[in-house]
Amino acid sequence: MEIIIAVAIGVLTGSGLWLLLRPRTFQVIIGLALISYATNLFIFGMGRLRSNAPPILEPGGSSDLATLADPLPQALVLTAIVISFAMTALFLVVLLASRGLTGTDHVDGRETDL
Amino acid sequence: MWDEARLFLLICLPFLGSVVVASLPRDARDAACLLTGLVALTCTLVIASFYSTMSEGTVVSTTIEWLPTIGLNFILRLDGFAWIMAGLVGLIGFLVVVYARYYMSPEDPVPRFFSFFLSFFGAMLGVVLSGNLIQMVFFWELTSLFSFLLIGYWSHNPGAREGARMALTVTGIGGLCLLAGVLILGHIVGSYDLDKVLAAGDKIRSDSLYRPALVLILLGALTKSAQFPFHFWLPHAMAAPTPVSAYLHSATMVKVGVFLMARLWPVLAGTEPWFWIVGGAGVCTLLLGAYIAIFQQDLKGLLAYSTISHLGLITLMLGLGSPLGVVAAVFHLLNHAIFKASLFMAAGIIDHETGSRDLRRLSGLIRYMPITATLAMVAGAAMAGVPLLNGFLSKEMFFAETIVEHVDSVFDEALPFLAVVASMFSVAYSLRFILGVFFGPPPVGLPRKPHEPPHWMRFPMEFLVLLCLLIGIFPTFTIGPILHIGVSAILGDRLPYYSLAIWHGFNYPLLMSIIAMIGGILVYLLLRGYLAQGEEGPPLLRGLKGQRIFERIMVTVSWKWARQLEALFGTRRLQPQLRLLVFMALAAATLTLYFDGFGPLWLSFAGLDLHGFDTAFALMWLVGICCAVGAASEAKYHRLAALAMLGGAGLATCITFVWLSAPDLALTQLLVEIVTTVLLLLGLRWMPKRIKEVDALTPVPLNVRARRAWDLVVAIAAGTGIAMLSYAVMTQPMPDSISSFFLERAYSEGGGTNVVNVILVDFRGFDTLGEITVLAIVALTVFALLRRFRPAPESMAMPEQQQLQIAYDDAHPDRNVGQTVAEYMAIPRLIMLWLFPVIAVVAVYLLMRGHDLPGGGFAAGVAMSISFILQYMASDTRWVEDRLRILPVRWMGIGLLAATCTGLGAWLFDYPFLTSHFQYLELPVLGKIPMASALLFDLGVYSLVVGATVLMLIAIAHQSIRTPKLPRKKLAASTTGGQ
Repeated sequence: MEIIIAVAIGVLTGSGLWLLLRPRTFQVIIGLALISYATNLFIFGMGRLRSNAPPILEPGGSSDLATLADPLPQALVLTAIVISFAMTALFLVVLLASRGLTGTDHVDGRETDL
Repeated sequence: MWDEARLFLLICLPFLGSVVVASLPRDARDAACLLTGLVALTCTLVIASFYSTMSEGTVVSTTIEWLPTIGLNFILRLDGFAWIMAGLVGLIGFLVVVYARYYMSPEDPVPRFFSFFLSFFGAMLGVVLSGNLIQMVFFWELTSLFSFLLIGYWSHNPGAREGARMALTVTGIGGLCLLAGVLILGHIVGSYDLDKVLAAGDKIRSDSLYRPALVLILLGALTKSAQFPFHFWLPHAMAAPTPVSAYLHSATMVKVGVFLMARLWPVLAGTEPWFWIVGGAGVCTLLLGAYIAIFQQDLKGLLAYSTISHLGLITLMLGLGSPLGVVAAVFHLLNHAIFKASLFMAAGIIDHETGSRDLRRLSGLIRYMPITATLAMVAGAAMAGVPLLNGFLSKEMFFAETIVEHVDSVFDEALPFLAVVASMFSVAYSLRFILGVFFGPPPVGLPRKPHEPPHWMRFPMEFLVLLCLLIGIFPTFTIGPILHIGVSAILGDRLPYYSLAIWHGFNYPLLMSIIAMIGGILVYLLLRGYLAQGEEGPPLLRGLKGQRIFERIMVTVSWKWARQLEALFGTRRLQPQLRLLVFMALAAATLTLYFDGFGPLWLSFAGLDLHGFDTAFALMWLVGICCAVGAASEAKYHRLAALAMLGGAGLATCITFVWLSAPDLALTQLLVEIVTTVLLLLGLRWMPKRIKEVDALTPVPLNVRARRAWDLVVAIAAGTGIAMLSYAVMTQPMPDSISSFFLERAYSEGGGTNVVNVILVDFRGFDTLGEITVLAIVALTVFALLRRFRPAPESMAMPEQQQLQIAYDDAHPDRNVGQTVAEYMAIPRLIMLWLFPVIAVVAVYLLMRGHDLPGGGFAAGVAMSISFILQYMASDTRWVEDRLRILPVRWMGIGLLAATCTGLGAWLFDYPFLTSHFQYLELPVLGKIPMASALLFDLGVYSLVVGATVLMLIAIAHQSIRTPKLPRKKLAASTTGGQ
């Protein structure tokens, strides 16, 4: 299980970074989205992977706490998801505004080179 | 207790007054002046009330602990020396306020002036009363700042702006040096407490760090007191209103430098470096200032250089290192403040009543303003050192001090002669001031007809001149006790015998005075003809301008070097910056691993077992990985495809969360995925066309190929690195974390079984509050940016697909133009319409159950916003908005308010902010449901997320209303026929 997630994180990061270094704004946005997936998975993985663990407590406190899924990384990732959504939205609008103002979709606002 | 309260009053009252005065209306000249005057007078009286305590030699102090572990406390400490300085600040401050009432013009924003003035007043008292060195440096810098604001008060005048900037740069840099010096001093002593520092004199002087500390502290003091070679800022500061010059640049602020040297005199003085630096700077300044002052054509310029010269004299006396020198220095500090402030006021009155300060144009004013002229003459005589005036007494002391031997050197031998020469110059410029302005033929061509000023404008001068006379004639009764209090606080048991008598019999000092007097008159008579030619600046030294050197240094440092550094290291292009950032991160990680050994990393791979390997999971990620790589390669030319593949990778992530027991994450990720995709889809419309086949015609240059290859290497390296890192961490056993804390308390204290949700809305509710605030800010930013959005011209045309549909309508006579566009979504529209209530109910359900089961405010909010945006997508924007009024900003406002109020509600029950409360509620039909105050908080989150998401989506969707023009031919037909 861990090796699969690790490879997934690696590929997502690599693809995201490649796009981050590209000159077109749309590429950068897609790259950032890929990097946020990778980051979310990474944070999530820090709580160790556990399938079939109950995520919800039994009312009355009868559940065995050791078998439960780790809630802390989940809470962190939940926040990260929302923030990365806000970031994507903001960058998209900045992209559109920059394209409208400068007439190009180059990240520098002018065509320097490819 | 009473003493401490009075000390606090002294510090707080001016700053409070400043805030009040600043809030007065612009034309409230009298109110501002009255308030400022009252504050200054109160402070002066409070200082005066310490007289009996001070004459007993006690030190009053009070401490507020701030950071006691690192020796930073707020200490107010009043001893005799601080007391006379505070008295000077208070008394002259009050007189200057009275004077400024008449000097300032009603057109100026006078409350602003008095507000700055009071802040400066408070900062000065802060420097003087500080019992902690760091605290003193803080107030020291405050005086520089307010001096900057006061010099630049007439901000429309370029000279004032320039002068203010120069003063701030020079004294500010000096202040930073002082801070460094004080830090070293504190390091040597082990405390910043002034009492402890003053008690550690021998330790400080024998320390190896004594010299650097001394040099740094002296840099601070010498810049502040305008000592050579830093004297040039003071004449430029004369662009300030004259009350400021009288107060800051003669009586108080420039005295802070010598105050500091006298304050630290017991611990720093008496060594060779002290003698050479302080004494050297003092004697150079004394001579240079006096010499240049003679040749000034501007009245205030003359006074400024004379101030520099007198400050040099005080510095010189402190530099000599003998206790008697300190007595002379403190005495002259007081005397100079008194006569120089009144002279500045005279210059201000002359400027105010004649409209000119130019010595070449002024003459014979005694005819028009006899009282002012008389007062100025007495003050000028005191400056020249004429007997029976205060200046004479301290000058005698100075002469007496110069003939005593200090260090056996040529310098010492020459000192009496240099003193006499400087004194001659001083007599000469005093004569020039008096004779040039008040005597001679009546002036011609002045902007205004001169006359006496209002009586109260002259009152401060009268008061100060009276002091000059009283001190000069009855020194032992007037200044004697006060001076004694001041110097005994500095010198303690080293206090020497000194006499304030006017007549000491025929001795060397008297002889020197007589020579200086006669010599000064001769110098003036000799130079009279030359001065009448009206040439600007002193002969011999005309080329040497500190200002020009300063400007050249400023240009080099802040312009040329900055430019060169920027050209060398900076770039305005994003890609190199990001490349560098990624590369640095990679290098940092690799280096850390290199030095710590790769061992643990390899070890985790050695134990690689495929025991838990799940083929289905692996296959799912195979698809996910293909999607990620595909998105990376297609994002340039096939944006829609890239977007779809991005969604694929997102789905794989989402399924991973389900698989690995994180239903909350999966739910939120899925919903956010939908909204993100819709958002990006809406954006696609406005991006430029990019066709691979067209681009392929131009060959790719070699350097671009190389850069791409390099980026690919970096990306692969970073990907591999993070994969190895995460694998290594994930295969380690889990250390103890704080998760068990949340698991144990989620139900018993948070009242919910969904621990993730309880963490978000209860344990870490404050973080969530911050997060939704960020979301609200982003939404508003998006909205604001899009309001001004102008699409690129080539995107303005109607999309190709719609053009085809319009053309189809156009070709068929039985169809109206635009019919197909309106109809092709008819069935999806109906479905979406029906789905609206369903999704809304699901959203509310997610919200309600969030505390106990997967769901919660975020997920519910995003779901609700999806129900809205679906309507926009399937139906026409206008059609939706005719039927559905969504007010996203109101949703956001209510959400933020609800969340904050829930948090504040805890205060009503004396709990900390955002403490939650819960109990179960029995409802008909629904049964027993948990009602925690956290649900109310979550409701706020929900409402805000709905508002923010909808606001962003609608803002982008609205751009499609910019409908391009229909084809001309059928336009008229459709508008008439369609009705």
